[in-house]
Amino acid sequence: MPKISIEDLKRIKEEQIGKMVLRGGRYRAKVTVHMGTCGIAAGARDVMTLFRELIAEKEMQDVILTNSGCAGLCAKEPMITVEVIDSAPVKYVLVDREKAKKIFEEHVIGGHVVEDYALAIGSETMAV
Amino acid sequence: MEDLSLHVLDVAENGISAGASVIRISIEENLEADLLTIVIEDNGKGMSPEFLDKVLDPFVTTRSTRRVGLGLSLFEQSAMEADGALNIESTIGIGTKIVVTMRHGHIDRKPMGDMASTILTLIEGNPSVDFVYNHKKDAKAYVLDTREIRSELGAVPLNHPQVVSLIKENLAEGLGQIQ
Repeated sequence: MPKISIEDLKRIKEEQIGKMVLRGGRYRAKVTVHMGTCGIAAGARDVMTLFRELIAEKEMQDVILTNSGCAGLCAKEPMITVEVIDSAPVKYVLVDREKAKKIFEEHVIGGHVVEDYALAIGSETMAV
Repeated sequence: MEDLSLHVLDVAENGISAGASVIRISIEENLEADLLTIVIEDNGKGMSPEFLDKVLDPFVTTRSTRRVGLGLSLFEQSAMEADGALNIESTIGIGTKIVVTMRHGHIDRKPMGDMASTILTLIEGNPSVDFVYNHKKDAKAYVLDTREIRSELGAVPLNHPQVVSLIKENLAEGLGQIQ
């Protein structure tokens, strides 16, 4: 059975402690993938996997990827919420790999909302 | 759900919503006995006997965002299609244990799916929760326990990209070895 090497973990710990102090522990952007039964059945895990790959590929240290439950708009899953520091959170609906890639490049990296895929901007409306 | 790993992800997310700090996922593939057993156990807030009685009813849910809860009933249906069952034990304040059995070689049994993706998604999405994943296939076994990893990491969170890639490699290697 493979063991995660303790040396590797220690190395990451030592490398990161300095960086965390510099950043003050804050992330610049947070991507939340909605992971309710509806989201999972619609492909949310694949979307999460794609974001994980993109973050690793670009070696981004200041983007956090997380998940949450059902947001009540099951017919619009997979849904994600992108929060970039100092701007309002944006919910994206019917996200697939293609859309996720564009959202990552334009919104998470570039800071520009991809309006075409957004559920609503500027309010917390639940209108479908 | 397309495969069993998605059901596991769904049920484990229930445990997290119930406030669990440790989720144990055990999968045992016993080819000789033609039995597949999946156990998902959490130390969340548990369910009352009254709620437990009706929890497999799709029109029962704890959430407030919609009024239909399908997760457990869908998993039960998948189990029954493969000549199996889903059982739930739960105690308020102690936690919940879901035990799913299926005939391993049943023609209608859903494929296992990508368990590595499920475990990574759980760890990355819920870095404050610990996961103990145990996968046995006949005599071979793989164990991943995030508590061991966490104790070496100190202040570095489990969802740090470099930690996630280490766990990803470990899952791929470990699950490859038991196949």
